[in-house]
Amino acid sequence: MKLTREEVNHVARLARLHFSEEEAERFREQLSAILTYVEKLGELDTTGVEPTSHVLPIRNVFREDAVLPSLPREEALANAPDRTEEFYRVPKIIE
Amino acid sequence: MTTRYEAVIGLEVHAQLLTRSKNFCGCSTRFGKMPNTQTCPVCIGMPGVLPVLNRTAVEYAIKTALALGCAITPHGRFARKNYFYPDLPKGYQISQYELPIGTMGALEIVVGGEVHRIGITRVHLEEDAGKNLHEGGDGVSFVDMNRCGVPLMEIVSEPDIRTAEEAAAYMRELRSILRYLEVCDGNMEQGSLRCDANVSIRPEGSADLGVKAEVKNMNSFKFVQKALEYEIARQIRVIEEGGRIVQETRLWDPDQEITVSMRSKEEAHDYRYFPEPDLVPLVIDEAWQEEVRRTLPELPAAKRERFVRQYALPKYDADELTATASTAASFEATVKAGASPKAASNWIMGEIQRLLNLESIAIEACPVSPERLAELLKRIEDGTVSGKLAKTVLEAMFKTGKDAAAIIAEQGLTQISDTAALERAIAEVLARHQKELVEYRAGKEKLFGFFVGQVMKATQGKANPGLLNEILKKRLAG
Repeated sequence: MKLTREEVNHVARLARLHFSEEEAERFREQLSAILTYVEKLGELDTTGVEPTSHVLPIRNVFREDAVLPSLPREEALANAPDRTEEFYRVPKIIE
Repeated sequence: MTTRYEAVIGLEVHAQLLTRSKNFCGCSTRFGKMPNTQTCPVCIGMPGVLPVLNRTAVEYAIKTALALGCAITPHGRFARKNYFYPDLPKGYQISQYELPIGTMGALEIVVGGEVHRIGITRVHLEEDAGKNLHEGGDGVSFVDMNRCGVPLMEIVSEPDIRTAEEAAAYMRELRSILRYLEVCDGNMEQGSLRCDANVSIRPEGSADLGVKAEVKNMNSFKFVQKALEYEIARQIRVIEEGGRIVQETRLWDPDQEITVSMRSKEEAHDYRYFPEPDLVPLVIDEAWQEEVRRTLPELPAAKRERFVRQYALPKYDADELTATASTAASFEATVKAGASPKAASNWIMGEIQRLLNLESIAIEACPVSPERLAELLKRIEDGTVSGKLAKTVLEAMFKTGKDAAAIIAEQGLTQISDTAALERAIAEVLARHQKELVEYRAGKEKLFGFFVGQVMKATQGKANPGLLNEILKKRLAG
């Protein structure tokens, strides 16, 4: 499967990644090769086979609805690049 | 020839579930706590953590899906919805995509005396994001992550709604159901019940769908109706003026009462959904469905119909009394304690509700129990106390917690139904108001009310009104 440069740029933008022209071209080639390789699976006849979303034979793992202690605020905010006493501080979201 | 237009509206409702803990971790869901004090590595997206699903949240979603007549998806799973926003620390929201909890349900609303069936496309379970605050910062916003991971249920309707009024009726009915089920408190102002609308217009009778706009930020029933009325009129105006509707998100501005385009720098949504690898498949078998089905209460529509049938109440009364399950329960208990249904209905919708509103008390906590209210209503019926004075008695019961008999005795409010006593009171009043009596007899009949008032005043309101009218008419006639 051949990716276009627009597709690479689109996916990069969605992931907030910034590539130089050379990088974008290199990734376009590499990603195209990977997708071509994976396309081989399409040759298999999967009629009547349930799509696999999980490989482990487990289902319905639950917790009971009980409150457990949360992190102290100091700890929760400890890794924030920018903060106030109480909040995470981020660049202005709306005008 | 002028074209007539009709609107095509679909609603997307988000309901915060009333669980104690979050959807995938044990943090509390309590509202109004200090910012960023109810988070943990799971809900703020630290590396290496695993979400574990809250069983109660799943049960609430199943319960809602069943109440809305949905088919339950036997083999479901969760999906990641990927996007970047400061209130979403993981960079994705855990939601459901192609396999929601329930599909293909319906809800019936009555508008203008007509029943409309609004299809429910899907009911699915997901998680809430944090809260952004934009006030008080210069070029910055603040984020509180307490709400991150709180269980949300999304209920999506088919585009079966045609008017703003129908949309508001749909929201009211849905809220009533959610509250009966005790899965959501339904508070639109506080945001525990939120509504977005997809709106388009088309020439009446056309089967095509026009370009739609999404309207957000309608946090009351009134705003849902006003915003959609505005948006429908706006789209018609654009088309009539030869313009085109663009697909966009618009925000309701309650101060200006208009919708405004939310010019977003975000590019077209591309959420790249994929199955959530951190959560195992969700299997809801017949047995579990049945178990949940058995917990379903009588729903508002069924209760309304039963109230009309069983208690011979007008439709209006049935609608009002069944608005919440607790009001309905209180009414039924009052009737069971011996009150006549119509009297119980009038007093609960009227005086009881007024007193509760004054003190901001919920009906379940009403200081006058249904049994005591029934006792008072029986005293009106047997003539011990007049309807008017009964209001005074009820207020005293409400304030002191005493029963009707005690208050009536204490305050000497027993109705005067003794003919002789009333005759005496009337004779005194007529003697004192000779001028009015002459005028009345000369044909000024509206003075009747004046005489009633005077006798009531003389008896401190205790005269039996029926008896008073009867005797007074005779005496006035001469």
